Amino acid sequence: MSEPLLRLDAITKAYPGVQALKGVSFHIAAGEVVGLIGENGAGKSTLMKVLGGVVAPSSGTIVIEGTAHPALTVAQSLAAGVAFVHQELNLFDNLDVAANVFIGREPRWGGPLRLIDRKALRERVAPLLKRLGCDFEPDTLVADLSIAQRQLLEITKALSLAARVIIMDEPTSSLTLTETERLLRVIADLKASGVAVIFISHRLAEVEHCVDRVVVLRDGEVVGALDRSEIKHERMIRLMIGRDLQNVYIPPAAPPGEAALELEDVETTAYPGRKVTLALRKGEILGLGGLIGAGRTEIARTLFGIDRLAGGVIRIHGEPATISRPRDAIARGVYLVPEDRKAFGLILDEAIVRNITLPNLPAYASATLLNYGAERRAAEQQAKALSIKAPDVESLVSAMSGGNQQKVVLGKWLAMSPRVILFDEPTRGVDVGSKAEIYALMRALADKGVAILMISSDMEEVIGVSDRVAVMHEGAVAGVLGRDEMSEGNIMSLAVGKRLH
Amino acid sequence: MKKDLGLLLLILLVGTIVAVINPRFISPLNISNTANLIGLYGLFSIGEGFVIITGGIDLSIGSVFALLGVVFIQLINADGLNWMLASAIVVGLGVLIGLIHGFLITRAHLQPFVVTLCGLLIYRGVARYYTDDGTAGFDFGTSYPALEWLTTGRVYGVPNSFVAFVVVAIVMAVVLHRSVFGRYLFAVGKNEEAARYSGVNAKAVIFAAYVICSGIAAISSIYFAMYTRSISPASHGTFYELYGIAAAVLGGCSLRGGEGTVLGIVLGAVLLQILQNLVNLLGIPSSLNFAVMGGVILIGVLADGQLKQFRARRVKHG
Repeated sequence: MSEPLLRLDAITKAYPGVQALKGVSFHIAAGEVVGLIGENGAGKSTLMKVLGGVVAPSSGTIVIEGTAHPALTVAQSLAAGVAFVHQELNLFDNLDVAANVFIGREPRWGGPLRLIDRKALRERVAPLLKRLGCDFEPDTLVADLSIAQRQLLEITKALSLAARVIIMDEPTSSLTLTETERLLRVIADLKASGVAVIFISHRLAEVEHCVDRVVVLRDGEVVGALDRSEIKHERMIRLMIGRDLQNVYIPPAAPPGEAALELEDVETTAYPGRKVTLALRKGEILGLGGLIGAGRTEIARTLFGIDRLAGGVIRIHGEPATISRPRDAIARGVYLVPEDRKAFGLILDEAIVRNITLPNLPAYASATLLNYGAERRAAEQQAKALSIKAPDVESLVSAMSGGNQQKVVLGKWLAMSPRVILFDEPTRGVDVGSKAEIYALMRALADKGVAILMISSDMEEVIGVSDRVAVMHEGAVAGVLGRDEMSEGNIMSLAVGKRLH
Repeated sequence: MKKDLGLLLLILLVGTIVAVINPRFISPLNISNTANLIGLYGLFSIGEGFVIITGGIDLSIGSVFALLGVVFIQLINADGLNWMLASAIVVGLGVLIGLIHGFLITRAHLQPFVVTLCGLLIYRGVARYYTDDGTAGFDFGTSYPALEWLTTGRVYGVPNSFVAFVVVAIVMAVVLHRSVFGRYLFAVGKNEEAARYSGVNAKAVIFAAYVICSGIAAISSIYFAMYTRSISPASHGTFYELYGIAAAVLGGCSLRGGEGTVLGIVLGAVLLQILQNLVNLLGIPSSLNFAVMGGVILIGVLADGQLKQFRARRVKHG
């Protein structure tokens, strides 16, 4: 093969506390479709950001048509013909198709008036839409397009930029079967016209179907590359997960008690018709595994009263419970440590003490007037018990590290009497040391009889912490694994919708 | 607290300069008159501040003064109602207006700016229709000694409107800074979602802020009605909501919500009235009245922003 279109040599990227990429090499030639797979957090996104010029690598070189660069700027990346079709689509809903394709590069007329030449705009977009077989017009409003059509629009935009490498990040995650088939045909057409495609997906069947080569990333390293003939489901899974797990598991002090929280045919508004039945017992840590978007956060939100329960029954300590807002859940001792703590877990621009006492404020007041001393004592007690590192409890939460912020979120709930705690990605953005502390805390809580549901996309965490793991796939529980069956292979297989044999 | 202190210093500085140029500024009569105006304009500013702390705004206050003012005069003058009963009805109507605002904002999910802007237009229109665009006033020779004493009376030269303002300010300061509800107001203003995830009934809190704002505005309408003694609904109270917003912003409330103190709002109201007074006393053409006010607010907010940036930079560089 001749010199590839694009080559990455030994790319590393270090963030404070995390080595996102460790010497990744990657290449793609014109007219090639390369699959890029790996678990959540394996480094796929970071690698693509390096290609897009959004992230500068710590070391390594990027070679475009024989020219080496230490890092790309966004402009260089665009000039080299790299285009993204994003997971979250970046389109302007309120503009029409043509305006979106040429946003920022509109053809002009009228000399100094620099008016937009609408006619030229439409004339340039129409043939591109035709080439992709789009079933919408240049003047269709984007708001009226389906997700699949919007994706085609993103590809149109890429073609209008004379893209030579199109990166598709989870393009099929929200497409129906027919739409997926159409997209795969478009990819084949692109390939035939000499465009290179990097196809990132969790759906291994599609990867198997449409790529020439698969590159597997794990923990920031390339752990394998498979040629067309070697691409097999099992092999890909094995490569994605095959790493030695650190054994962090702390066994429970006593066997779990009776059910604290039961879900019977529970449906979320995000996945109507997909019923979830699950029992969470006192004193256990139940992991909720699965891929991002499998409906796990929605379960937690529904249990906590953020989202409406679309169907089924929630039982707390055996009694059916109506939870229509967070207050109802909190009153029953069901607490949520949310995924996005900055948006939902904390009031960042506020002191530690006022965050900790917020859920239970009336307890620190007599005749509705607050007792600052009582608040402070409660906060100091939590700060000490959780070893929150801050000058004092009057410090602003915004100035603290991720791990310490998460401890403040925990402190809010531990200052009350928890019966069930729902952890949604409890250690996201938390450094290694605090991670271990949070795991130990979770186990200590469970041993005190609290039932813990832990949503996590971090395989090491799921296996290292949970007593049992329920794996979700597309809004339903694909299987529940005990500790003896809890292997990465089993979890990954269930997560991608395969049955265990 | 730092902000309040800065504002106090500014008031003293401006006051000293004006007093030096024109000693009439500190004459007992001028002080008493200014205090009366501070009371009148400060009272409703506190309610506006509560709404601003939730991240909202109330633009309808001036029109509420016109509408509830004519209703009040109608009730006690033409209908001959007992003034206490009439006051209760007017405050009840104010609370009703607040409930409507609260409902439209928290349940119908309309933006506060839009809801209260429509209120501004509707209430004034209704007031003008109600009086046939005429002037509502008291019949010649009628007097209500107790009501007049409460609203326009003075004790040892201290206007009772000012006393009422101070009393309300103290009560509201306790509510805002010491009560559970006050803490919820700040929490909702700073991060409504996080407050909700902590079990705070954010909608009820916002609802209450609008009810408090319109309720206080109703009390203010009685004070203004008794102060002017006649109301032409086409012009009575126009732009007054802006005095409330200006006082709150000067006093450190952020229009983004979550920030502000009652003391700050009080000082903001004081500064605004001193500025008005200064225009008269220094012989500045009264047509420049608003321009002076706008200029000082702009400089104040600008200086505050610069100071904040300066402090942040100093902290960063150790």
